[in-house]
Amino acid sequence: MMERYALELIEHGKRVDKRKFDQFRDIEIKTGVISKAEGSAYVRIGKTQVIAGVKIGVGTPFSDSPNNGVLIVNTEFTPMASPEFESGPPGENAVELARIVDRGIRESKSLETEKLVIVPGEKVWTVFVDIHIIDHQGNLIDAAALAAINALITAKLPKLEEGKVVAGEHGDKLPVAHKPVTVTVCKVGDNLFVDPAIEEESVVESKVSIAVMEDGKICAIQKQGASGIAFNDLEAIVDLAIKKAGDLRKLM
Amino acid sequence: MKAREVVLPGDMLDERKGRKLGNGVYEEDGKVFSKLLGIPRISENELAVIPMYGTYLPKMGDRVVAVIESVEISGWFVDINSAYTAFLPVSEGVEEFVDMQRSDLTRFFDVGDIIYCRLSRVTKQKTVQASMRDFESRKLRNGIIIKVTPTRVPRIIGKEGSMISMIKASTKCDIIVGQNGVIWIRGDTKDKAIEAIITIEKESHTMGLTEKIEKMLGEVNGQGD
Amino acid sequence: MGKATDKELIVNGRRLDGREPYHMREIKMSVDEISSANGSAKVSFGKTTAYASVHGPRSLFPKFLQESDTGILRCRYNMAPFSVDDRKSPGPDRRSVEISKVIRRAFEPVLFLEDYPKSTVDSFIEIVEADGSTRVTGINALSMALASAGIPMKDLVAACSVGKISDTLIVDLNGVEDNNSESDVGVAMMPQKDIVTLLQMDGILTKEELVMLLNLARESCKKIYQIQKQTLMEKYRGAE
Repeated sequence: MMERYALELIEHGKRVDKRKFDQFRDIEIKTGVISKAEGSAYVRIGKTQVIAGVKIGVGTPFSDSPNNGVLIVNTEFTPMASPEFESGPPGENAVELARIVDRGIRESKSLETEKLVIVPGEKVWTVFVDIHIIDHQGNLIDAAALAAINALITAKLPKLEEGKVVAGEHGDKLPVAHKPVTVTVCKVGDNLFVDPAIEEESVVESKVSIAVMEDGKICAIQKQGASGIAFNDLEAIVDLAIKKAGDLRKLM
Repeated sequence: MKAREVVLPGDMLDERKGRKLGNGVYEEDGKVFSKLLGIPRISENELAVIPMYGTYLPKMGDRVVAVIESVEISGWFVDINSAYTAFLPVSEGVEEFVDMQRSDLTRFFDVGDIIYCRLSRVTKQKTVQASMRDFESRKLRNGIIIKVTPTRVPRIIGKEGSMISMIKASTKCDIIVGQNGVIWIRGDTKDKAIEAIITIEKESHTMGLTEKIEKMLGEVNGQGD
Repeated sequence: MGKATDKELIVNGRRLDGREPYHMREIKMSVDEISSANGSAKVSFGKTTAYASVHGPRSLFPKFLQESDTGILRCRYNMAPFSVDDRKSPGPDRRSVEISKVIRRAFEPVLFLEDYPKSTVDSFIEIVEADGSTRVTGINALSMALASAGIPMKDLVAACSVGKISDTLIVDLNGVEDNNSESDVGVAMMPQKDIVTLLQMDGILTKEELVMLLNLARESCKKIYQIQKQTLMEKYRGAE
C-alpha cells in the first residue's frame, strides 16, 4: 500500500521518512553482543536489525590453498524477520546477500588468512561468519556487511592447547587488516539514493552494492534489480557510494 | 536465391511519423525499433516485423487446428499449441440444446479429438475462448496433424492461398492450416504434401520458393504418383 | 575453486596465451544447436564453452507462480562436472544459485515479458568447459538463444569480463587470469542502448581504474555484439 506513495515521493525528490537522498537512517553498532561467539556485532539501521556472529574452529585447508585459513559467510533469513521469508534452505536472495558480504571481505583481503595456519597444509583456522536477519525493514546488504566486518574486527582466536581448542578461552585477536564498508546505491528514474526503507526498496528499479576500503578503493560491486542502468550513470553511483562509505566508517 | 532483409531486436526501423505500430515493434522517443528477429514490413501506414521464429500467441479471430485436452462439465479445454489453453463452452461447441446436468459431453468431443475452430475471445491476460459456431469450424476425422513453426504459416498458405491450393491440387489431399502452426492432412499421398510443407517451413525466408515447390510437386506428378 | 600460480601473468606486455592486454580470445558462435528447444546457441571464448537454450513461452505450473499481467523469466546456470580441473559435484551450489539470479536480472530489463501474461520463458545455460569468464560467455549464448526463439526483446545482450593483473588492465580473462587477477569485472549490456544489465566486480581497484575498465568492457561488448549479429544474420538470411 505504501509503495505507491513511496514512489510518488521519490519522483518528487522526497522520502517517506523525510530523509535526504544521500542520508542513512540512524545507525547503531554494538559489538561483543554474543558471548558464545568468538566475535559478534549487532547492527541497527533504522528498524532493520541484524546480528553477525563469528565462530572459529580448527579445520582443514582447501586443497588449492593449503597455507590459508578458511572464511565462510552464511546468511539466514529467519521467518520472524519478514512475512516474505520462509523457512527451509536459503533462497536465492539469502545466497546472493551472503556472497556479496563474503566478497567485500574476501576481495579486500581483510581477513589475513595466511596468518590462520596451525599446521601448514593440514590444520588451519576456519572462520564462519553467520549473519542472522532479525528484522527486515530495508537495506539488508549494507546492514549485514557492516555487522560482519564489525564482528570480525572484534573477534578473538580460540585458545589452543596441544592442537585442541580450549573451550571458552581466547587468545590473540583475529588478524583483520582492513575495514571494507558496503553501500548500496538505489535508482528510481533519474534519482539516486542510499539506505532504502522497506517501502522504498520494493519500488527500486535497480541498485548497485559497492564495497569500499579505507583509502577509497573499491573491492566489490554487484548490480541488482530488474532494470538496466545507463552506462553514463555508473560513475555518479560509484561516487555516491565512496562518499557514504566514508561516513559509515566513522561510526565504527 | 536472393536473401530477404532480416532485422534483429533493437535494430531501428524508422522514425514513427504518425504511423501505426504493428506486430513485433516498439517505440522509443519517436523512433521505432524491432522487438524480434524477423523481416521488416515498413509501409506508409504501418511499421511491423514479421517474426521468423516463436511460439504461437493466440489472437482473436484466428482459426486454429486444436486437440481436445480435457472434458469438463460445461465444455472442453483445447490444446491450441500455445502457452495458453483455450476453453470451448458447450454453447459454442454444439448447435443443439444440451442438458449439462445429464449429458456426457464425450458424446460430442472426447479427449484427443481434433477440431478446427475459431478463437472468439482473447482477453488481455490471455484467457482464450474457442467457438465452432460458424460454417468452417468442424470436427476433423481420420487425418493426421503435423506442427510447423507458427510464424511460417503465412508462407505455407501463400498469397491469397496460392501455395496451399497448389499443394492440395497436386497431392489431392484435404489440408487445413491452422494459424497456430498445426496442420491437419488427410489423403493417400499425404507424405508428398508433408514434404512440401516442411520444405516451405525450412526455406520460408528465401526468394523463389513458389517455383521450387512447384517443381517439387511437378516431379511427384511426373513420376505418375 | 581456482588455483594460484607463481608465474608472471604478463611478460613484455603479452599475456601467457600470447594475447595483448585488450585482446579477446578466439570467439566462436553458432545458433540452433539444440533441436528440442525453441531457441538455442553455443558460444566459445577460447576454451570456455557455453550452451544456452530457451523453452517457451510456455504454461507455468504450479499456477500460483503465474503473474496475471506478465510472463516470468526463469534461468538456470549450471556447470558440467567435467568442465573444471577437479570434478564439480553435480547440481546447484551457492555460486550457481547467485549466478543464475544475476543472469536472470541481466535479461529481465531486456525482454517484453508483458506480451506473454501467465506464462514462463525457461532458459538454461550449461557450461561444458570452463576456462574463465563462464557467466559472460553464457550470457552471450543466451542472448542469441532468446532472439532465435522469437522472444520479443529491446536489444540483444552482449557481455564480457575485464580485469587487472600486475597493474595492467585486460579484457576477457581466462581461467588462470581469473584466479590470479587483482580484480575482475563482469559486464553485460544492451549494446545499442548503452544500458548496463549486469555488473559484478571483485578485487581491488581505484575509481579511475574502474572507470577505465568499464569503458574497455563497453568497447568489447560492442565488438561481441557485432559477432552475435553476424552469426544470427548469416544463419537466418539464407543463401545469398
